[in-house]
Amino acid sequence: MIRSGYLLKRTAFMVITIYVVITLNFFMFRILPGSVVTNLARVPQSTPAFREHLTQEFGLDESPWTQYVDYLRELAHGNLGVSFANQQPVASNLRSALANTLPVVTLATVLSLVLGVATGVLSAWRRGTKLDQVSTNAAIVLYSLPTQWIALILVIALSKYLPTAGTSDPFLIGHQPFWPNLEDHLIHMALPCLTLVLTLYGGNTLIVRSALLETLGEDYMLTARAKGIGRGRMMRSHALRNAMLPITTLVTLSLGTIVAGAILMEVVFSWPGIGSALYRAVQERDYPMLQGGFLVVTVSIIVFNFIADLLYFKLDPRVSE
Amino acid sequence: MSAAAPVGKSLRLGGLARPLRRTASVLRARPAAAVGLAVLVVIVLVSLAAPLLAPYSTDIASGQVYAPPSAHHWLGTDDGGIDVLSLVLIGGRVSLIVGAAATAVAIGVGGTVGLLSGYFGGWVDMVLMRITDYFLVVPDLVLMIVVATLWGPSLTHVILVIGLLLWTSTARIVRAEVQSVRSRVYVRRARTIGVGHLAVIWRHVLPQIAPLLIANTVLSVATAIFDETSLDFLGLGDPNGVSWGIILEHANDRTAAAYGAWWAVVPAGLCIAAVIVACYLLGQALEDALNPRLKVSHFSIRSWRLRTLVGRGKGAI
Repeated sequence: MIRSGYLLKRTAFMVITIYVVITLNFFMFRILPGSVVTNLARVPQSTPAFREHLTQEFGLDESPWTQYVDYLRELAHGNLGVSFANQQPVASNLRSALANTLPVVTLATVLSLVLGVATGVLSAWRRGTKLDQVSTNAAIVLYSLPTQWIALILVIALSKYLPTAGTSDPFLIGHQPFWPNLEDHLIHMALPCLTLVLTLYGGNTLIVRSALLETLGEDYMLTARAKGIGRGRMMRSHALRNAMLPITTLVTLSLGTIVAGAILMEVVFSWPGIGSALYRAVQERDYPMLQGGFLVVTVSIIVFNFIADLLYFKLDPRVSE
Repeated sequence: MSAAAPVGKSLRLGGLARPLRRTASVLRARPAAAVGLAVLVVIVLVSLAAPLLAPYSTDIASGQVYAPPSAHHWLGTDDGGIDVLSLVLIGGRVSLIVGAAATAVAIGVGGTVGLLSGYFGGWVDMVLMRITDYFLVVPDLVLMIVVATLWGPSLTHVILVIGLLLWTSTARIVRAEVQSVRSRVYVRRARTIGVGHLAVIWRHVLPQIAPLLIANTVLSVATAIFDETSLDFLGLGDPNGVSWGIILEHANDRTAAAYGAWWAVVPAGLCIAAVIVACYLLGQALEDALNPRLKVSHFSIRSWRLRTLVGRGKGAI
């Protein structure tokens, strides 16, 4: 009973949120000052006739409502428009960008989570000791360093040993069998991945530490101690188990940080992913690309949030009450 | 301790004196918070005096391109032969202004939303919290990039864009606190004897939530400066200004790394980190001390959990 009601409510929230974002995406680009319509008039040496032609071609003489309905219909068919910059459909541009972004981001997220949980647990276990202090302070500093700065420092320090731009060696493509190609890809991924791991690690370890410390303060921990259970077993089966609950959803909850980190990292390393695509769209005022990129990133975050909600519910049925 | 203070005295001191005193006692008890405050004060003072302290102009070249640190240029020069030390000193001003101004916008919007939502409850609460929910799921930096691009690069736009996306955490925390204050006996009694909503909020609710608001402000400054650095780096800051973010942008655009010019990158990043670490130390200590009941501290898992719990009606926090 409760279960299906909860599911329904979360699904409805996701659908409505996506709809709000789609609508926001339309109005931001059409209505706000500095939108495409006003910028059309800024084309150098444009004659009134040319502007008239452009306005008609893009359907900008229609009423906002008709334009909105057109926009929704095209979106439903997967049409995100055509990029100003390279005249390719935005959807296919974004698809290839996403294919480059996902491996790095996934690998970095997993690595930073494993490292963060390891040091966070160690830190909470040995709380108050020198080890805890060093680990916590290091994490706070890492958390405070801008991603682009970490990336630039890594480029300066390690450019002799590792490639610092692109996804692969341009001379290798198409000439090599599978394994050397993969190895080349992985080597190119090393620094971008390290940058993201360092960016995400600080926050992860701090949150794991505080989640564990909060669990250690619960009444059942006192009970466990009173029963005379050993310290190791107490940590493993009582504290960690309960702390894993919030930690499991950590990834999905820090999605905003991951996205921001990925954008900045890709710009420094010229990694041809979604972040670079957004950056180039900003530089070239390529509005269709910007609009499409915003929509794709935001909708995927909303979907991930929804998955996190379900996961949380699965792990902790108390949530639905 | 504060409960034992004579009633007449705290009335004379006015609504905000007691929270300020509580804040001061927190600082005395926690060395980390005091260090954070000291670092912030030094950075603000240095930034104020920057035009006097900067050895060279930030517009005109005063040395070779990417000259390494020397007796003349303590931190070397950048791609235009401009002294990096002067750039970092002057650049702090924009970063601090954006941090403070964007936070003011965020606290204003978030404080109002949280106050209205928590105090009036009902449909006001529902509508406002729904709006907050939408802002929570949208990735901040991406939305900032889009809006800043459409508005065009300028300092005012950066401030507004950051401020208008930063207010959600303030709103949530203020709402939770107001909800608990509202149901206390003295507030209900004040309402019963005919005190108006505005007076109740001003006299009874605001002083209670002020310390938390101070802690939240300090943490918001850190986030605002971080966001400003990112927007500047992506070319969305004031194109004619100098800021720590723009120093990093130029270093990346004009391939400082290829010259091995670490001196054009390191100082600006360390300054950003110093400000943010200082804000965290201070804000975290204030939150821990002033908010033992809720424990919605910055790194607390509960405040992270809030994201999924927000908007689930009563007892969401």
